Amino acid sequence: MTDLLIRGADLVGSDRSDLGIRDGHFVEPADLAHGVEELDADGLLALPGLVDLHTHLREPGREDAETVQSGTLAAARGGFTAVLAMANTTPVTDTAEAAQHVAALGARDGYAQVIPVGAVSKGLDGVELAELGLMAWSGARVRVFSDDGHCVSDARLMRRALEYVRAFDGVVAQHAQDPQLAAVSACCHEGEISGKLGLPGWPAAAEASVVARDVQIAELTRSRLHVCHVSCAETVDVIRWAKQRNVNVTAEVAPHHLMLTTTEVLGYDPTYKVNPPLRPNEHVEAVREALADGTIDAVATDHAPHARHDKEHAFAEAAFGMLGLETALAVAVETMINSGLLDWSQLAKRMSIMPAHIARLADQGRPLAVGEPANLVLVDPGARRVIDRNDTASLSRNNPWHGRELPDPVVATIWAGRVTYQRGQ
Amino acid sequence: MRHLLSAADLDRTEITGIFDLAEEMSLVQGRPVKKLPALRGRTVVNLFFEDSTRTRSSFEIAGKWLSADVINISAKGSSVSKGESLRDTVLTVAAMGVDALVIRHHASGAPWQASHWIDAHVLNAGDGTHEHPTQALLDAFTIRRHLRLSAPDLVSFEGKTVAIVGDITHSRVARSNVLLLTTLGAQVILIAPPTLLPAGVDSWPVLACTDFDEVLPQADIVMMLRVQRERMSGGYFPTPREYTIGYGLTRPRLEAMKPEAAICHPGPMNRGLEISADAADAANSLILDQVAAGVSVRMSVLYELLGGAE
Repeated sequence: MTDLLIRGADLVGSDRSDLGIRDGHFVEPADLAHGVEELDADGLLALPGLVDLHTHLREPGREDAETVQSGTLAAARGGFTAVLAMANTTPVTDTAEAAQHVAALGARDGYAQVIPVGAVSKGLDGVELAELGLMAWSGARVRVFSDDGHCVSDARLMRRALEYVRAFDGVVAQHAQDPQLAAVSACCHEGEISGKLGLPGWPAAAEASVVARDVQIAELTRSRLHVCHVSCAETVDVIRWAKQRNVNVTAEVAPHHLMLTTTEVLGYDPTYKVNPPLRPNEHVEAVREALADGTIDAVATDHAPHARHDKEHAFAEAAFGMLGLETALAVAVETMINSGLLDWSQLAKRMSIMPAHIARLADQGRPLAVGEPANLVLVDPGARRVIDRNDTASLSRNNPWHGRELPDPVVATIWAGRVTYQRGQ
Repeated sequence: MRHLLSAADLDRTEITGIFDLAEEMSLVQGRPVKKLPALRGRTVVNLFFEDSTRTRSSFEIAGKWLSADVINISAKGSSVSKGESLRDTVLTVAAMGVDALVIRHHASGAPWQASHWIDAHVLNAGDGTHEHPTQALLDAFTIRRHLRLSAPDLVSFEGKTVAIVGDITHSRVARSNVLLLTTLGAQVILIAPPTLLPAGVDSWPVLACTDFDEVLPQADIVMMLRVQRERMSGGYFPTPREYTIGYGLTRPRLEAMKPEAAICHPGPMNRGLEISADAADAANSLILDQVAAGVSVRMSVLYELLGGAE
């Protein structure tokens, strides 16, 4: 691995400085040999490499939609140096062997660190616990467990999972969706637009009521709970209440829930079909405020690639989900920094430091300081571009931002001392 | 008119034009030779993803009486389960060189999506729980004929009240009727138990009400909706008996109606559930007139879409 010298980067919160990198770690620039590879970072900010708590890489099982290689290259292009790969692959990541397979694919093909998320229940069926301990104790060192895509709706199973993962400092990441209040067919925020379009409604109460239950189970069991993709104001209120009670709960919001509203669905374009659904503007405002005040701890992409034909069904029958890795930082900058709700160091906390902490990743979300692992992203704070869904590393094209002008922040991404993405190269 | 996807696509002038033409088309129905050459050489495909005897045959007869070549394609069953996307199915049919696609689909919005993918005219013959614009047209056409018995030159429905009763939430007939009837100036009242009133109904240009008896005496037209079997077991109301007593057009309610008021039902009826036999067969029932009007109105719509010079 070659040495690297990054010249003149703005280390947010301190001064401009040069950063030396050798053998995957930061070193004093003076310790580098002359004539090493240089990266001119004049006018650029250096942030710790972003960490995504919620990525669907689709491998194994749907390599036509995404692979570990294409998905992590998309991650690198988005400024990420680590992604947590959700368990709803085929086969499901519900055994140590399956987890180690995903980790091995990451080690072989990855443009970012790949950490498997383990299923909470066998086959994501919500009935019996998966082998949580064996996944945690395996080489894959699984710490985040989620049936994402499905809610762990059985209160007893949720309680047992939360209790059990305490043995290895694990966390249960809940996809909160009461299946009685929002069945699998539910695909539009329940309200004026679902009524007008005749689409099965997905009420906010179906999310908030599960979170209200789960924070109380987490309090009872003194366990770590993480709430996936918070989409509505009611859930924010529940999490705020739980945090005031010192419940060990963290939460994430997806970029699309920070900007897009239910009105996108009016044309029945399945590109905008996502679970949980896009909500009206008052919910968008609420999750932005919650991300600003720390009630929501992290931005997580819920990057959900789909083959084109899986999105070209009638709206109610098309696949749920949208791409997110390459545009997450752009959307976060537009909604949180350009609006004045957060500054750059606060955003770095929510997109790198907190997600790394929640997932217990020792080498991610660290300070850009000598001796630390060299994971960083160089950011141009002013650049903008029009998003083109074909300009992507992903194998899929279900990009809801296509045609919109957004910030274009990511100039280069460096993971473990290696340049995994550099604009224009 | 490029497509007919929603009853909201039509303004009052266009609706009146369709109705006036439908009156002319209805004359064909009385002739021994029921054939006009208007759409000779044009091809209409009825692409039905959901079973429908009435609507499909109505469109088929309408097309044939206008001399169009009409082909029925049943694409029943979820295309998801068959592995073919909606887009593939629609493009495949359109690639055969059809002029108009009449689409019925079990999922809301499917005809909208189809209209973005192909050049042919798209006619929504009912999409999920969303809209059924030709049903609303034939309903309003039937109502206009009824109202014209006492006011021969009537065009606007101003001052008239139409009560639509039943499962509004899952009814594409109700949605299209609300849009069309309010465009024509009618006051629409929706009556249902709260479990069957759609989310956001407060923002609709209607009165929504849970007490049938309170509003029944105001109605000039009472339109009863079919109760689908799956709603009966879905917990939307406790029992069919309770539904009939609360929301059925029973004999006592028949007597509470204005003397000149008329009854509509899009069919098929559950006699004894949402509508009593007395009401269905009453002298002021327009139910069979609706069926007859269906052909004339669909002839008129097909002519509007395909008959112009291109």
